[in-house]
Amino acid sequence: MTNVTMTVNGKSVSGEVKGNTLLTDFLREDLRMTGTHVGCDTSQCGACVVHVNGEAVKSCTMFAAEADGADVTTIEGMANADGSLNVIQQAFQEYHGLQCGFCTPGMVMSAAALLKENPKPSEAEVRDYLEGNICRCTGYHNIVKAIMAASGQDVAAVAAE
Amino acid sequence: MPKDHGIGASPKRREDVRFLTGAGNYTDDINIHGQAYVHFLRSDVAHGTIKSIDTSEAEKMPGVVKIFTGADFEGVGGIPCGWQVTDKDGAPMKEPAHPVLAQGKVRHVGDPYAAVVADSLEQARTAAEAIVADIEELPAVVDMGKALEPGATKVHDDLDDNLCYDWLFGTDTETTQAAFESAAHVTTLELVNNRLVANPMEPRVAVGEFSRANGEHTLHTTSQNPHVIRLLMGAFVLGIPEHKLRVVAPDVGGGFGTKIFHYAEEAFCTFAAKACNRPVKWTSTRSEAFMSDAHGRDHVTKIELALDKDNNFIGVRTDTKANMGAYLSTFASSVPTWLHGTLMAGNYKTPAVQVNVKAVFTNTVPVDAYRGAGRPEATFQLERVIDKAARELNVDPIRLRRQNFVTEFPYETPVAVAYDTGDYHATMDKMEELIDIPGFAARRAASEKNGKLRGLGINCFIEACGIAPSNLVGQLGARAGLYDAATVRVNATGSISVMVGAHSHGQGHETVFPQVVAEMLGIDESMIDIVHGDTSKIPFGMGTYGSRSLAVCGSAMVRATEKIINKAKKIAGHMLEASDSDIELKDGQFSVAGTDKSVAWGDVTLAAYVPHNYPLEDIEPGLEETAFYDPANFTYPAGAYACEVEVDPDTGKVTIEKFVSADDFGNVVNPMIVEGQVHGGIAQGIGQALLENCAYDENGQLLSASYMDYAMPRADDIPHMESYVVDHSCQTPCTHNPLGVKGCGEAGAIGSPPTVVNAVIDALHSGGHAHVSHIDMPVTPSRVWAAINDQ
Amino acid sequence: MYSFDMERPTSVADAVKALARDEAQPLGGGQTLIPTLKQRLAAPSVLVSLSGIAEMKGVCKTDDGRLSIGGGTTHAMVARNAGDIPGLASLAANIGDPAVRNRGTIGGSLANNDPSACYPAAALATGATVITNSREIAADDYFEGMFATALEEGEIITEIRIPVPEKSAYMKFEQPASRFALVGVFVAKFSDGVRVAVTGASEEGVFRWTEAEEALSANFAPEAVDGLSVSGDGMISDLHGSGAYRAHLVGVMTKRAVAAAS
Repeated sequence: MTNVTMTVNGKSVSGEVKGNTLLTDFLREDLRMTGTHVGCDTSQCGACVVHVNGEAVKSCTMFAAEADGADVTTIEGMANADGSLNVIQQAFQEYHGLQCGFCTPGMVMSAAALLKENPKPSEAEVRDYLEGNICRCTGYHNIVKAIMAASGQDVAAVAAE
Repeated sequence: MPKDHGIGASPKRREDVRFLTGAGNYTDDINIHGQAYVHFLRSDVAHGTIKSIDTSEAEKMPGVVKIFTGADFEGVGGIPCGWQVTDKDGAPMKEPAHPVLAQGKVRHVGDPYAAVVADSLEQARTAAEAIVADIEELPAVVDMGKALEPGATKVHDDLDDNLCYDWLFGTDTETTQAAFESAAHVTTLELVNNRLVANPMEPRVAVGEFSRANGEHTLHTTSQNPHVIRLLMGAFVLGIPEHKLRVVAPDVGGGFGTKIFHYAEEAFCTFAAKACNRPVKWTSTRSEAFMSDAHGRDHVTKIELALDKDNNFIGVRTDTKANMGAYLSTFASSVPTWLHGTLMAGNYKTPAVQVNVKAVFTNTVPVDAYRGAGRPEATFQLERVIDKAARELNVDPIRLRRQNFVTEFPYETPVAVAYDTGDYHATMDKMEELIDIPGFAARRAASEKNGKLRGLGINCFIEACGIAPSNLVGQLGARAGLYDAATVRVNATGSISVMVGAHSHGQGHETVFPQVVAEMLGIDESMIDIVHGDTSKIPFGMGTYGSRSLAVCGSAMVRATEKIINKAKKIAGHMLEASDSDIELKDGQFSVAGTDKSVAWGDVTLAAYVPHNYPLEDIEPGLEETAFYDPANFTYPAGAYACEVEVDPDTGKVTIEKFVSADDFGNVVNPMIVEGQVHGGIAQGIGQALLENCAYDENGQLLSASYMDYAMPRADDIPHMESYVVDHSCQTPCTHNPLGVKGCGEAGAIGSPPTVVNAVIDALHSGGHAHVSHIDMPVTPSRVWAAINDQ
Repeated sequence: MYSFDMERPTSVADAVKALARDEAQPLGGGQTLIPTLKQRLAAPSVLVSLSGIAEMKGVCKTDDGRLSIGGGTTHAMVARNAGDIPGLASLAANIGDPAVRNRGTIGGSLANNDPSACYPAAALATGATVITNSREIAADDYFEGMFATALEEGEIITEIRIPVPEKSAYMKFEQPASRFALVGVFVAKFSDGVRVAVTGASEEGVFRWTEAEEALSANFAPEAVDGLSVSGDGMISDLHGSGAYRAHLVGVMTKRAVAAAS
């Protein structure tokens, strides 16, 4: 067991972890922050995406020990300071970018990472960026719309309907 | 101006806030003090005899609580099948035993034969490696054709062969034969409806609990229908009466059919929690899901279409082998029969339709309902053979369909169902407008300039939803009724909890159902909450599948709300000193017709619970009503879809350039949610058409056992916004349910696969590959390349 | 996963020391290794994480004009900083998905030598040098077949040194599920000739298509590949495509890479 300390959603946390403790397990089991989900075991579905030092990573494919000293942001830390939904979360609700909600945390975290890198992505860029986030419910249409809307683009003018 | 509340409005979903902030409560988020973890040992061979299982070393391993094998379950029942299909000779289908843990034999890769319960999951896995299982591998049957050959290896030794049933349905053989003999043209097509894995993003989870204090079992599970699980597991497997068994399905991360069924892992965790005197938790990995979640589709079909000299359809004959896998899952037997054969008339007035289905046992994972369940298989074969016929006869595929449409309703099909209403020309008109058929030639020319082949595919479909009239399905072999139930509990201050039998796992019931009740009562939607997913809180429910939630459970909710209104009017009448027949309810106010006398909703509800001035001699205090609703018929959503694809002839890669759908769902309560359902269904249909393939090798090893080999549709597989429209403006309301709704959950998955394949074939023909009459799904680049190069 | 310890050295020297332990295994970005561990297909006693070694990260130009990329450099960093070799930058920008690219490293990918990975094609086509804690290995000597390399036990790729071609491009035809290369072709044009390396296709792992190299060295144009073909024998044949299909795609992707080279 080793001791790790990291900042999660702005708060310093520490815990004892084993060598094989994944960051997801540390978040879900030790910190009881269950917003980060696990949908596969081959690093493909993206339900577990969090930010580590500002970059999107798959928390199921990183050990907790490797996040020692890191600044971690999860879905639980995405709302505005007053608890209201942030602009991306609002857009997901506004454009019906989620159904069962299981992939949603990863989608929101990936969307946030994309918009940080590329504040006005084209539709093709949004779709390409979501390669590592699988959604089975929405058919992606409304997720893409939501992300483009969150970037301030007029999706009503683009969409055919 | 679109409505901003009530029926027809698109309020933002209230469930979204918790899902967007990480505050959802999915089954894997449930951790009960003292819980142990189970790891299942699953067969790595497709077929084998269990000679011995030695658990002695494993039992001594650290953390082990208890190890179970098939012997521990000899005293309990097996996993039951909920639908009895009768063979063409009148014999019942064969129902082999399906033990919770394998007994004597393992029958598919993934079949569980032992389970280790330990303090931690890793301890359970480590101990499992110390179990010595002597399993003698036997030859496996994987291909259905080979499974039916005389002398084939039997999946179940106690059966005569691998045939579950041979079902013959629809028009009699003589009449059908006569139609084909008189035909001017017969088009024949042999095809495969590919095996799929539903893949809800949340893998299955079960947590069992047992209370020594009151003898009550609780199962938390990822289910679309907790009452059905309680019924099946309590009555048929573990022998627990309903009042001692609570089943909770909290937030569930998608279902698509595969979470309807009662699974061995659920029974195991419930059983083991008592045996171990500890809560027992199982969380499926995705790899485990591929070999333990029921699969979908997997039909091999030969269909023939007979046309007269004027191109009228005069006969359809179809012969299907349907894979059941190694055991009969909950609704497996009904999918290729009553959810498939009954749809073989499609949108057409073909007088003779005969369906033969042979259900076959193989050494593969059980196959059951997956989004659309039977209806995609019916639609695919019918719409593909019609397209082929149009090509053979050199007629316009739209015209050929139109001339054969059913236009008068109600319409009795030759396959047992009666369509109550519809307007197939209207959806076809809408589709033609949206796809812009006149502009296609120019778009094709532009694609050709870039070295690509462009094809246009169209498709029509009908489905039977709102499942289902109990008396009818009872005659057809269902072992349960398919009504639903709702309780409307009005609280003293006027707020309302509606306990509904339908379970929401993405469909947005928590938002949509209050829209209906609010509209009926004229009160604010925020005063109404939906309660679902817990057998201890809701009266009863048959769950969510078959596009039935609003059509069936919503109807129960309407009936219960009507009872509330009736009673509330009596109370209001008393308060206003008027006859209740003169009381009108509007905008949350009860008023006496023709006067300005009124009382508010809240005054009436308060009076019901504080009955100081109340007609106690006539009615009881309180304001809570329950209704069970049993539909009079199926509902029949229908639609017309079209898409344009580009095929890269150098690589065989297909891309969807344009997609439009024109659906008739009857009345629509929340357009935003309906469109979301269609988007999701179409993505799954595109997945089936182009990407997804659950494949076994000849030894029964699963080749597509993870997302590394099973291709899920991703964001860039779906057409861009400017060339993608889902429309539901054609509305012929259902004639027999109070909301006039038909259901929208499955349409996309039913309508899209033939649309895509028809478009690919059209593209290849435009490129001079006229010899390609069909490519089986998924139409992968390598299959397209092989087809055009005769490989 | 089996139990193991985790060490996080901050220098190559410490990493090498840690890897001397019995059953020790290096951990790069972990994007392949961690899923393998989850399946219990590996049982190291200790994982030596290389992600804390600053000297193994980064992209720079060497004095002799080659591009030097630290073995611990993530795909995302390569995509951003390897603009001198456009084919390499675009290759890195299309490995896996963004989250994978933020963790996965070039050294990890080359050490694993998955037959469908992208980097091996770039390394072989550019004639790169793989530099480890103990020696330099030419790419032509480094790849030894599927998942096999010239690396010894405990040897770490600290750097990859890549000659900068005049023109380069990588064309990947993706396997639809994993999105790894069903066939990937890297074309690198140098003043003294063209090199073509193919990944995803062969049962022997990445290979050079010498016939195309000769033709393209004479005439660097897509049509120079017309009429050339690789044999389907020895090509991977699976659910996603036959050997013949992969062999066909080698030609198509080569032409497209030549057309796209910049």
